Amino acid sequence: MRDFTARSLDTAASLGATYADVRVVSRRDESIAIKSGRVEGVASGENEGFGIRVLVDGAWGFASSHRVDPKEADRIAGQAVRIARASATALRTPVVLDNRPPATGRYETPVKQDPFGVALEDKIAALLAADEVANAVRGVSFTESTYAAQRESKTFAATDGSFTEQVVTHVGSGMEINAVEGDEHQRRSYPDAGGGWQAAGYEYIRGLDLLAHAEAYAEEAVALLSAPQCPPGRRTIVLDPSQLYLQVHESCGHPTELDRVFGTEASYAGTSFLTTDKLQSHFRYGSELVDIVADATAPGGMGTFGWDDEGVDAQAVPLVKEGIFVGYLSSRETAPRIGRRSGGAMRADGWNRIPLIRMTNVNLLPKPGMSLDEIVADTDDGLYLASNRSWSIDDRRLNFQFATEVAYEIKGGKKGRLLKNPTYTGITYEFWRSCDAVGDERSFVMLGTPNCGKGEPGQIGHVGHAVPGARFRDVQVGVGKW
Amino acid sequence: MVRSSPVAALRTDGRWLPLAEQVLAHAAKEGATEAEVLVVAEDSALTRFANSEIHQNVAETNVSVNLRFVAGRRIGVASSGRIDDEGLRRLASNAGAIARNVAELEDWGGLPEPTGIRDVPAAFSEATAGATPEFRAAAARAVIGAADDAGVVAYGSFATGTESITVANSKGVRATQERTTSQLITVHMASDGGSGYAEQAAVDATTIEAQALGREAAAKARATSGAVSVDPGDYPVVLEEYAVVDLLDMLGYLGFSALAVQEGRSFVEIGKKVGSELVSIHDDGADPAGLPMAFDYEGVAKQRVELIDGGICRGVVYDAQTAAREDRKSTGHGLPAPNTYGPFPINMLMAAGDTSRDDLVAGLDRGLLVTRFHYTNPVHPKLAIVTGMTRDGTFLVEGGKIVGPVRNLRFTQSYLQALAGVVAVGRERKTLRGFLGGSVVPALRIEAFTFTGATEH
Repeated sequence: MRDFTARSLDTAASLGATYADVRVVSRRDESIAIKSGRVEGVASGENEGFGIRVLVDGAWGFASSHRVDPKEADRIAGQAVRIARASATALRTPVVLDNRPPATGRYETPVKQDPFGVALEDKIAALLAADEVANAVRGVSFTESTYAAQRESKTFAATDGSFTEQVVTHVGSGMEINAVEGDEHQRRSYPDAGGGWQAAGYEYIRGLDLLAHAEAYAEEAVALLSAPQCPPGRRTIVLDPSQLYLQVHESCGHPTELDRVFGTEASYAGTSFLTTDKLQSHFRYGSELVDIVADATAPGGMGTFGWDDEGVDAQAVPLVKEGIFVGYLSSRETAPRIGRRSGGAMRADGWNRIPLIRMTNVNLLPKPGMSLDEIVADTDDGLYLASNRSWSIDDRRLNFQFATEVAYEIKGGKKGRLLKNPTYTGITYEFWRSCDAVGDERSFVMLGTPNCGKGEPGQIGHVGHAVPGARFRDVQVGVGKW
Repeated sequence: MVRSSPVAALRTDGRWLPLAEQVLAHAAKEGATEAEVLVVAEDSALTRFANSEIHQNVAETNVSVNLRFVAGRRIGVASSGRIDDEGLRRLASNAGAIARNVAELEDWGGLPEPTGIRDVPAAFSEATAGATPEFRAAAARAVIGAADDAGVVAYGSFATGTESITVANSKGVRATQERTTSQLITVHMASDGGSGYAEQAAVDATTIEAQALGREAAAKARATSGAVSVDPGDYPVVLEEYAVVDLLDMLGYLGFSALAVQEGRSFVEIGKKVGSELVSIHDDGADPAGLPMAFDYEGVAKQRVELIDGGICRGVVYDAQTAAREDRKSTGHGLPAPNTYGPFPINMLMAAGDTSRDDLVAGLDRGLLVTRFHYTNPVHPKLAIVTGMTRDGTFLVEGGKIVGPVRNLRFTQSYLQALAGVVAVGRERKTLRGFLGGSVVPALRIEAFTFTGATEH
């Protein structure tokens, strides 16, 4: 592999690149989908390729191919340089990268039980058993139970002497239970909408224990059909981790991406309200209970690695400290523009995509004091919202609206009746400033998003979020006539 | 034209067919009773600009081979980027191993039989296939130049690509086609917060009018400077084409699939009136106005399907499996296996009306003109209630005239009720990229649209 990466970099340099890096990536996937007892989709996949990124005359070029051979390395290096020269014809500010020591070494996700080593029939049987229990509940219309695993082996090399090898394994599983009656379609998901995901082995899947939860979630999906509509109003809400992680993702993770702040995602995903002047002015993002960190070293997180795709060490970067906005997710190109070093957040979706600033594990830190149950007990009148159903946020990440699968009424410190079709909406910083309780370690759980979209051409990112539950006051619940 | 040739070779040299045959042979040796090979080869590039300069510029050469291996009623799917013989043998072996380990699908309808595939020459452009980095950079400079002239800043992308799709199965399907697509999008932003948008998608990249798109976005960015707040509530609206495409995409996602109907999660009931009589939507892979495609990812010829005609639900799209359940034929809307979501309409067209753009706006007594939507998501799928934001140009209209820009609003609105409230349809249409394919849409005037929140810009 060293010969191949050296050939790629030498060719790029000989054609005029002042900097070049190459990633050779092979990816193995496996997925199982059970729908209402039918084994509808079982698939395995593998792909391999490489991408070369070059700087020529201060402009970027990138080219990639699935053919990993020396002749193709020369062709792709040449194509990348040609593209960079074309980029230079519409360049106003040459790219400057921060200095970092050359990266060397090897990283591998800790895995107790290799997911690809577990017999396929055993994985299918486990899903079928849970699926059968859910479908046996009267009133269930259809179910979908899924499992997936991905292993990515990646070699990174750069003209500054960097050479790293990483093997990262992600697994996920979950079930969605649907009940449909007339125009009403209700759903409950375990452990979360889209499944539970971690950087781990099959031991994580066993720990989810879908079978043990199938019946209760199925019964709740059916019960929601006849539950009262969640009434609108200004309410106290307690968010379960299964919803709070996505709130963190959308309203803190994305707006702290420094490329968005500098406008390079403006035409697609949008920009950010967290402009650099807010960093200097110590903008109050949330209440003093709010500590948020981008931690690429967090155990089990899908944003955990050894080095990012620019060869920057994995690290923990504070984003919000005691409610004050203090940092960004950044890259070697963007960090120097605010006088900092890269926070190591450049990640690419495979060999055929350039690295972009992506979330690593953006975590809301727990606060010693109250468990999530104790927060509920401390709430006189409110709503407990769990499992995301819908999400939307504006192009500067200010106005958001979320729907959850379920709401439980809280009266006198106790969770009571089910309410269907809950939604809540707000302005990001007003919402986080209204946070008056954050759960302790007992509800702190690592969840993940395996479908974070960004960039053109589109990239799908696997990111992690470890969160406890938390409480927010005076939040608008329900929207308009519905 | 229906080709009588056993191989429907549409604007392609058929170079991937031998590889597909090789995989079929390996699958047969592994014991497949049926097998289907899908080869998707891609040469694509994208030039991205921001802050009025090119900041990302990428190219990709890729091929993926997908094998659906059938053993009786047991199905296994494997895919690979390896196209050497050892890689292809392993592909067959992996798919076979899966098929031997899964339960039978009791209602498995079998792989599709060959269908008469029409030649769709409009799907391919030599100019797009040969597009260079310099060609894309020139277009980017034209967009940026228009921004410079207006004193605003350009952000956008220009993508060009060729996709070769080959499907071969053990029942005799041999289909191969080469398609090209191109798309330019741009957001122009003014220093005082104004922003505007323009987009064009085309088979032939040389028909993309970069400078005109730049001017359109720049003019809107200037016009949205100094936006003021308006209260959320119900407003009559004119939705520009860039917003209307989201209606079609979302309705396709939520309801126009046979599987969605079979699972009870679709709003579609054939014969039910869901839109105003001005609303007609169909899917047609052969229409040169869109981004054509001759056959689907199962190698079945695409049929024209009337989805909504004069406001009345007329049909949904089928793939082979959903069609078999109803003892009918696929309409050619299958996606690559495994596919638990079901068939999808990726070439939707909405019928044009007879109202000019000026008259669409002139018909608003007091309402909003919306350029596009952002980050839409279903809140209540079966009622097609969707939430999202406006973006890049929202204007208050009074007495039929635009009186000024307003800050962006959040809507929570049933897209079906929006269709029912269509009172005028634009006579011009735009070709735009959708979720998975391309859509052709007019602007619409709708008598009521529910806005439920506001933001700060």
